[in-house]
Amino acid sequence: MTLLSVENVGFSYRSGKPVLEDISFTVPRGANVGLVGESGSGKSTLLRLLLGLDSPQKGRILFDGAPLEARSSGYMRSYRKRVQAVFQDPYSSLDPSHRILRIITEPLRALKIPGDHRQMATKAITAVGLAPDSLERYPHQFSGGQRQRIAIARAIVARPDLVLADEAVSALDLSTRIRVVDLFEEISEAMTMVFVSHDMGVVAALCDQIVVLDKGRIVEAGLTNDILRAPKHPYTQSLLASIPRMPAGS
Amino acid sequence: MTQDLLSVQNLSLSTADKGLVKNLSFTIAPGERFGLIGESGSGKSLTSLAVSGLLPPSIKPSGRIILDGQEIVGAPGKQLDSLRGDAVATVFQEPLTALDPLMPLGKQIALPLRRRLRREGKPSGRAEVNRHMRDLIDQVRLPDPERLVRAYPHEVSGGQRQRVAIAMALACRPKLLIADEPTTALDVTTQDQIIKLLTSLVDELGIALMFISHDLAVVGQMVERVMVMRNGACVESGLAADVLTAPKDSYTQTLVDAAHRFDAALEGRS
Repeated sequence: MTLLSVENVGFSYRSGKPVLEDISFTVPRGANVGLVGESGSGKSTLLRLLLGLDSPQKGRILFDGAPLEARSSGYMRSYRKRVQAVFQDPYSSLDPSHRILRIITEPLRALKIPGDHRQMATKAITAVGLAPDSLERYPHQFSGGQRQRIAIARAIVARPDLVLADEAVSALDLSTRIRVVDLFEEISEAMTMVFVSHDMGVVAALCDQIVVLDKGRIVEAGLTNDILRAPKHPYTQSLLASIPRMPAGS
Repeated sequence: MTQDLLSVQNLSLSTADKGLVKNLSFTIAPGERFGLIGESGSGKSLTSLAVSGLLPPSIKPSGRIILDGQEIVGAPGKQLDSLRGDAVATVFQEPLTALDPLMPLGKQIALPLRRRLRREGKPSGRAEVNRHMRDLIDQVRLPDPERLVRAYPHEVSGGQRQRVAIAMALACRPKLLIADEPTTALDVTTQDQIIKLLTSLVDELGIALMFISHDLAVVGQMVERVMVMRNGACVESGLAADVLTAPKDSYTQTLVDAAHRFDAALEGRS
């Protein structure tokens, strides 16, 4: 069943040429879809549309069968309950003056979700591999990788239908990145996720489907394995060929 | 055996209350490509700043750094000034902040170029500088030199900016080129081009390279020998081919395993 459907979407910022043209893809419920592109590909703009921060000028986005009405505050309130995001920089996405408990329960309060918020936060923080007493501490007491875990806990605490991850592991060191990728892999089994990233390796590790963007257009889309093994578009081919690989051995 | 171009002996770097780099020793031979691998906070960038004598005053070095026969630790600023450019030049991570946003690119390339021509006692008039500049722009394979020399940094792409930064470093004809994460801010397709460009240029010109990166695969493509740093200390060093395929240290092993995981993911899932 399709959870998210992007249909012939086009977008341009004021007075500019189109940033996105004729973008169409679907995200089945339970799937992990990667949106891959380099700078200028339009992936960040596409993410803004999916977050409801802007509306497409052409085409439409359907969420769970109904159009995403970015301009309707009533619609957006319920949309935000069902769609959460994890951003790139764990240093700027957590309020430094709040305890982790307050940070993680923020979506529960904002969305007026009933229930025992502390209990829900405890469950979320445990799910991302941190101790429950982390809830009483402040962001500066955690490393970059731990902060990203906290951001993930905040994203999953309201049990969203869809998690949008924007370069969510790109700012992390390699040894940390691999552990956060493991965490995403674990939680993604029970969730639908869209990963926006320039890093093909991370997307390949996490997503069963890939959409490759270049200069505002989809150049190739399909199953991860098919694209990795036999990329059809010259851009995808050069993208894959440019990724530095480890020397062979061991 | 030829004399080392750079010899770092028991280098420690510390602020008033904190040790940042502990007891580091390594050498780079003339023309050799050497890699420094480390994650954030490993001390790799501080080490490179120490080598070029650019440490902030709050960080005190001890030990020895001998570059092209001269001691860097404790050397007066004037002596370091003449070493920089002549013996060592650096390409930094973010070309947008490394370049002057208010100066046309041609003027920026001309500055180190003119300095070097004067140092070598060669004519450094406008015609000579322009001629050398064309050669340099050609060498770093920048397109449309007419337009480029008049353009400001924000008017060209990130990859082109980094090529300009490389041209400026090469304009000095240094014996050692330090490249500190020079491709981290770039797209992978651009990174691939810059890696190939850097490798062929240092080989062609016989310049030694100190390549600093957190990306094991990139380092593996660039250098002959590597040192892996963690928390300010060396955990392992040796031939890149050995360290990256059969690491002895457990931390290096963790990094190598992680890099292989992403490589394996790119081969497709079974």
